[in-house]
Amino acid sequence: MKTKNLDLENIIFTTLNTVFLVILAAAMVYPLLNTLAVSLNDGMDTVRGGIYLWPRIFSLQNFRVVFHMDTIYTAFFVSVGKTIVIVATNLFFTSMLAYTLSRREYIFNKPITVIFVLTMYFNAGLIPNYMLIKNLNLLGTFTVYWLPNVISAFNLIVIRTYIKTIPESLIESAKIDGAGDFRVFMQIIMPLCVPTLATIALFVAVGSWNSWFDTFLYNSSKQNLSTLQYELQKLLASTLSAGGAQGGGANSAAQSGASNATTPQSIRAAITIVAAVPILIVYPFLQKYFVSGLTIGGVKE
Amino acid sequence: MGSGAATNTRKRSFWSVVSGQRELILMSVPLLLYKVLFSYVPIGGWTMAFQNFKPAIRTWYKQQWVGFDNFVKLFTGLNGERFIRDIGNTLAQSLLTLVLGYVCSIVLALLLNEVKNIGFKRVVQNITYMPHFLSWIIVAGLVSTALSVPTSGGIINTVLMGLHIIDTPILFLANPGYFWGIVAGSHLWKELGWNTIIYMAAITAIDPALYEASDMDGANRYQKMWNITLPCIKSTIVILLIMSIGNVLEAGFEIQYFLGNGLIVEKSETIDIFVLRYGIQMGNFSLATVAGMFKTVISILLITGANFISGKLGEEKLI
Repeated sequence: MKTKNLDLENIIFTTLNTVFLVILAAAMVYPLLNTLAVSLNDGMDTVRGGIYLWPRIFSLQNFRVVFHMDTIYTAFFVSVGKTIVIVATNLFFTSMLAYTLSRREYIFNKPITVIFVLTMYFNAGLIPNYMLIKNLNLLGTFTVYWLPNVISAFNLIVIRTYIKTIPESLIESAKIDGAGDFRVFMQIIMPLCVPTLATIALFVAVGSWNSWFDTFLYNSSKQNLSTLQYELQKLLASTLSAGGAQGGGANSAAQSGASNATTPQSIRAAITIVAAVPILIVYPFLQKYFVSGLTIGGVKE
Repeated sequence: MGSGAATNTRKRSFWSVVSGQRELILMSVPLLLYKVLFSYVPIGGWTMAFQNFKPAIRTWYKQQWVGFDNFVKLFTGLNGERFIRDIGNTLAQSLLTLVLGYVCSIVLALLLNEVKNIGFKRVVQNITYMPHFLSWIIVAGLVSTALSVPTSGGIINTVLMGLHIIDTPILFLANPGYFWGIVAGSHLWKELGWNTIIYMAAITAIDPALYEASDMDGANRYQKMWNITLPCIKSTIVILLIMSIGNVLEAGFEIQYFLGNGLIVEKSETIDIFVLRYGIQMGNFSLATVAGMFKTVISILLITGANFISGKLGEEKLI
């Protein structure tokens, strides 16, 4: 009798739990699937409503319009270029500094570490940072995308922790053979750090791809330096019907969209897909690494 | 004489160490100067708080110095009403987000832990982690669509009307009463799955012998959750909670900035948006700097406090 009750309880719990988790997963994935369906549906038809998971009148017109907008086209390449430069500079400089801070004999080890770690916990604020960029004459330049992001303190700690696990004898024997610290870093440390650096590269790339605030704050007057996320933001601002307080206003993207038998709503869906697809492509690679990445981050001295 | 010689050797040895480590120095000191320029020099901009700052005046010390006038202005009159309201909004939104996010991610981790089918578990995990990687712009767009009227793809209204809970669509983004919930809900959607990772890792580390022993004693599922799993992950829960104290003035930015509008501004505007509107859009750099300073100083106090509590509780110190 007792076991029967337990079995019944077990079945009820497992069923309810499964149903709940399926609903939850559906809630996570539905908005994107719906956006995909809208982006592949005829723009005028979408306005009638009732598009859920599947396009009613299939059409590639929205994507055709998006890829024919010069603004989106340049923005796509700026986003890609910015991501590549940030990943390259960030990984190189962060791991170079991490190597020097992993050397126990280095006399400036402690003060440099403290100065970098403190920056994780405070920020001068929006206006002073803006004034600095302005005074350095970096407003409206490509440089402003990567230069302020060359080192991240958190990744610095992660890489340093990893370098410290590399056997000292490897470094010593290279030094006996006459290699200097820079050569040790380039030829021994970098190759051994590839798994960690790959993980960090993916996270840095996602962060860079997803960022829009730097474009908005520093480069909003330069159309040729606009990024995909910023173009999406402008479109979002102009299609939110109640968005009276927004700064975006009507913009060329939405207008040129309307003249091609599409609607701002459909164009927005198409740009959302264009902005999300690179993330969804790297996602399988990311998820292979992120759990280990998170646990490395937890190891801190 | 003797002490002079000793100082000399120490000096010489310091410089010989420096010259022996010149490569390390060349590899790190330029990056240190870089960091000082981009993270510490801007703190000098806090002097704007004590000036009536005009960007047209290029020489810093020729600005008009006004003492604490801007601090008084920030907390009195119309500015003061607006700023204090924004502090309230920031705190309310971030606490709601925090509490909802905590409870839900712990519950989800417990539920996932009960799933015996590894394949199903992995699929659910991977789907729920995914929104974490989408940008806030995309999320804001998806949220605004989901909350709109049914003909614009407003799935929430569609479901509520389908279940006959409401007869006419709710205009979520035109009614201030819903906004805090919308902020917390958006964060929940984006980060729920991601936040379970750390709890799942903690649960995996629990000794299976504890569960076996309780099976012998005839404990049921809920008794095991309550008396074994939760106590075993308690220290993870506590340390994460303490760490988030320092971020309590970070309520997020994008959801409030994109979805906030004239109708609901009384509930949507946060400190960050106040700084952006006064500083970048209205050109009142001084007042915006004071507001930003206020936020940074409070955050540092909170982090120091959290660090202290963390040390008292015998947990790892954060700094």
